[in-house]
Order: sequence, then C-alpha cells, then structure tokens
Amino acid sequence: MPKKSSFIIPLIAILAGFALGALIIVATGRSPAAMFLAMLQGATGIIPGGGFNPRYIGEFIIQAMPIMLTGLSVGFAFRTGLFNIGAEGQLMMGSIASFAVALWVPAPPIIHVILVLIAAAVAGGLWGAIPGWFKARFNIHEVVVTIMMNYIALFLNNWMVVYVFGSKDRIKTAMFPASALLKDEFLSHITNYSRLNWGFIPVILSVILFWFLIDKTTFGFRLRAVGFNKEGARYAGMRVERDTVMSMIIAGAFAGLAGAVLTVGTFSYGRFLQSAEGYGMDGIAVALVGANTAIGIFFSALLFGMLKAAQPLMQSQGVPKDIASIIQASIVLFIAMKLGIDYLLAGLRRKPAGEVGEEAGT
Amino acid sequence: MNILYNMLPIAFAYSSPLIISALGGMFSERSGIVNIALEGIMMVGGFAAASITVILEPITPAAGYIGLLAGIAAGMLYSLLHSFASINLKADQVISGTAVNILAGGLTVYLAQIFFQQQRTRAFSRGIETLSVPWLSHIPFVGPIFFRNESPPFYIAIVLVFLAWFVVFKTPFGLRLRSCGEHPQAAASMGINVYRYRYAGVTISGAFAGLAGGAMILTQDIQFTAVSIHGSGFIALACLIFGKWNPFGVLGAGLFFGLSQALSIYAKDIPFLAGVPLEFFYMLPYVLTIIALLVFSGKSVGPKAAGEIYDAGKR
Repeated sequence: MPKKSSFIIPLIAILAGFALGALIIVATGRSPAAMFLAMLQGATGIIPGGGFNPRYIGEFIIQAMPIMLTGLSVGFAFRTGLFNIGAEGQLMMGSIASFAVALWVPAPPIIHVILVLIAAAVAGGLWGAIPGWFKARFNIHEVVVTIMMNYIALFLNNWMVVYVFGSKDRIKTAMFPASALLKDEFLSHITNYSRLNWGFIPVILSVILFWFLIDKTTFGFRLRAVGFNKEGARYAGMRVERDTVMSMIIAGAFAGLAGAVLTVGTFSYGRFLQSAEGYGMDGIAVALVGANTAIGIFFSALLFGMLKAAQPLMQSQGVPKDIASIIQASIVLFIAMKLGIDYLLAGLRRKPAGEVGEEAGT
Repeated sequence: MNILYNMLPIAFAYSSPLIISALGGMFSERSGIVNIALEGIMMVGGFAAASITVILEPITPAAGYIGLLAGIAAGMLYSLLHSFASINLKADQVISGTAVNILAGGLTVYLAQIFFQQQRTRAFSRGIETLSVPWLSHIPFVGPIFFRNESPPFYIAIVLVFLAWFVVFKTPFGLRLRSCGEHPQAAASMGINVYRYRYAGVTISGAFAGLAGGAMILTQDIQFTAVSIHGSGFIALACLIFGKWNPFGVLGAGLFFGLSQALSIYAKDIPFLAGVPLEFFYMLPYVLTIIALLVFSGKSVGPKAAGEIYDAGKR
C-alpha cells in the first residue's frame, strides 16, 4: 500500500464515522454538540462554560493505555498476515499472571512492579503462542482459535479469582500490596485525584519497541515479508512457521502487558468478570485506524481513548454513551469498505485485463 | 430420574438458539462468507424481539411469537450490512463481522435508551412460555423428556435442522449455494450469479440468527440487556465447526453444548459432578471446539472458499 493512502483512508473513515454518529444523534432527537463538547472536556479537562479539571486528562490517559497495547498486539499480528482477535484473552491471561505475582511473590517496591509486568507479558505471550503454533503446525485458522480462547481465558479468570485467589464475594480478590502497584500519589495529585499511574511508561516503551522491531530489525523485515507473501517468504528461505509463532508470541505479550496495566494500574485487585470488556475489540479498531504502524496506533488509541473517556460525560448530557461503540464500529466498517472501494477502483483501471480473465472463465 | 426429566427440557431450551444460529451460519459459510457476526445479529434480533413483545403484550397473547417474527426481520435487515460490506465492497469478512458485532452492542443499547429511557428494554411479563403437548407428554420416559415443559423454539430448531438439510443437500438452490462456497469461479462459469447466492446465504443466516436471538431472550431472560447474548453467537460458531458444517452435526453439537450449560445448573445435585466448578461447564464448548479443529486439521471439512474475497478473474 502506498504511504499516502495509508493516512488518508483512516482519516476519511474517522470523519465519516463521526458524521454518521452525529446523524444518528440528530435522528434520535439529541444534540450532537453535547457529544463533541463531552469529547473536548474528556480530553482537555476544559469544562464548557468555564472551569478546568485535570482529573479528566488523567482518566483520558487511563482509557487510552490498555487499548494502545491491544492495538499494538493486533497490529503486530496484522503485519505478519495474522488476525489476532485474541487480544482480549491474552489480556486476561496477563491479568491472571499479575494477580499471582502481586499477591504471592514478595518483593521490594519497583522490582515487584517490574516482575508483575514481565509475568503478564510472558503469560499473554504464551496464550498467543498456542493459536500461533496451531496455525504454523496444523494450518488451523487463528481467528476461530483466538475467539474460543478469549472465552476460555474469561472463565479461567473467573475460576481463578474464586477458587485459587479465594474471592469470597465473587467480585474481587484481596487488595494487592502497594509494592506491586503502578499507582502513585504524585500522579494522582497533579490530576486532581484521577486514577493516572505509571502505566504509561511500559505503554510508551511498547510503542517504541513495536516501531523498532518492525521497522529496524531483520526479524521485523522477515515478519513483514511473511505478511506480504507467505509463499514468497518461504521461497526466499525464511522459516515461515517459526516466524508465525514468534509474531503471535509478541502480539500476545503486548496484550498481556495491557492486563497488567489495568490490574495493577487502573485497579489494585483482581476482578471477576461478568463478560469480556471489549479491550480486544477496541484493539482491532485501534490497529486498523492506525494502519498497523507504531505512530498510527499511538494516535488512534488516543482518539478511541478520548471517545471512551467522554462516555460518562455524554451520558450525563443526555446522549446515550453507546454512541461511542456505534462510531467506533462505523469507522472500522468504513475502513474495511474503503479497502474494497480501492480494490474496485484498481479493478476499473485494469479493466481490459479483467475482461479477458472473465471471458476465459466462461 | 427426576433430575433428568427436569434437566433435559432445560438443556433443549439452551441448545435451541445455538442450533438455530449455527444453522444460519451454515448457510452463510456454505455460500463462502465467513460469518463471525452471528453474535451481533443475535443481539439485534433479541433486541427487536424483546421490544416488540413488550409493546404488544398488553394487546395480544401471541406477542412473543410476533416478537420472534420481528427478530427474524431485524436479523435479515441487519445482516445486509455484512453482505454489502463483504460481498459488494470486498471487505475482509472477519473485519466486517467484527465491526457488525461492535455495532450491534452499541446500537441495541443506544436504541433501548431512546425507546425505554434505560440501558435495557423494559421487562416483558411472559415472553414465550414453555408448553406441554397434550397426550404425548403422558408417554412414559419419552413424554417428560420431549413433550413436557418444553421450550417451543426447540421444536422450531428440530424442524429447521431437517429443512436446512433438505434445502442445502437436496435442492438445486443448495447445490448452487455450496458451489459458491467451494469454488466460486467454477460456479460462475456455470452461469451461477455468485453475488446473488452469497447474498441469499448471508440473509438466511441473518433470519436464523435473528430468530435465535429472539428465542434466547424470550425464553431465557426477562428483558434484553447488553450481556443477554453473552457469547452465544460464538458458541453457535463453535457448533457449526464441531458439527462439520452439516445440519445434523450442528444438531448434535448444539444439544451437547446445551447440555453442558444445563449441567452447570444441576451439577450440585449430581453426586459425581457436585465438586466441579461452574466455570468448567461454561468453558467446555470452547475447549472442545479447539480440539475438534485439531482433529479435523488436514482434512477438508469446511467450505473451501469461505473467507476468500471473490475475484471473478481468479482461476
């Protein structure tokens, strides 16, 4: 794909998605201005009609962090031609590993948090390795396997919370010790007691690592080659099977890290989940809008994080907060369609060749 | 024995939406369009069915059944989004399905807030009630299992299994539909309009999944909420794979998965299952599907061209 169109397509899709969202709000008799003002307030903390509350900025960053990581996860797999719908499950496995290390492994401050982060990335990576290996060894499509593994992880999470970590109320585990948390008085203070925490450091490092791995190493070059043309890469002597598994491990590790950032950053205890929370699905949207590049994923995660952060504000302004999901889905659909429209246009340009092909077929 | 008589009708009630939705998925995938949007279509169908039922209940005793029809209509309409994106605009079918799923979650809850001023539909009072078939329910053994306190969608599901088998394997329409999922270029060379058959496949899947969503809400719930469908569309997808894209396989897989859900309720009364955590029963369908995929791998089981973007010029 040429560089230029990789920027323009998401931009058009975003505009079209918000336009459609505004249209739906108008059609249902609410005010689209309330939505945009809520987004402005959610991202900048500027309260329309006067006032400034930095708490909103903190909560906005909190919302963007996990979906930036799941976005990196989905995007990394996409670059190798794999569709990782399993970020959700990999995230949950990361969460479970975080509970275990936070509750069971005694360690001094800082080191404890680092151990939690490493354990989460490893757990997510291993959970990602399974569909990767099935794909490489048995040629089983990763989409179905990862969907199923999301639900397995969900119920494993709930089982662990109740039976292994002994949650009596079936809602949450015991509180983690302070040494395992990313939380910090200072960050909370400067943002007027938001849940802002040091989680943004591993997130930013992950974005940089993604860029470095994909764009600056021969390993990344191999992965991209496999993504572009699997058979071509194989013919060139690349070990496609091993690279497939490696790609899913790294994708899983990003998502697993998101589990840690949520568990010891946003929260400070393990949670029983009624249903999947949608971070994996958000990651798909983030990766697609970000055109699977590090910088693109960074900005699109901020965009969708802003949308998520604005949800409670919209609700209080009389705009049902679920408009955010509608807009997000529309953007994804427009991007998917836009690829098709490009395909059609390219087909039109090549028309003579296409006609010959069709005649030969009939 | 009493446990069996109580549990099996519940298992059938749980399995019916799974079977119906999976049959829908079969039509779509047999035509060559992967449909992971079953979950979203079930949500839309369930929302429409619940809303219509709530509104019509004061007027007519047949409200629940009219609700089911509304679910079918809503599912068909909503599935057009997936067809249009993946057939006309050649969108990646998995991405399109994902978007359709996310959209369903947003749209249903959004509309619930517009119509009912809350994040769920208003509760209906009856929905679709269980029924006992006169005469037949008194047959010893068979009566209490198959004809007493039975969820009506179970009978609908059984009829649809035979109907789907007949249509897909015994009619010219079915043969053409399958040819589009196996080798669309070859189908096109025989004068079959691949686009039209794929539209038919996805629209039928929309009708089935919409019906399944409606049946699920109206028999197992009191209202539609954001978590009412909770992954059933994906269990339906699992049924389809576990049942090897065949109606009778789907029936068997659906009954089995329904039983595993019913067992989660009754396990505490069954001596050798009493200690097994609930989550194990919930997990079972997904684990078994992955195992099934491993067993099937290397053999050609599913439709060969499913998921591929149709390119008329490809040989």
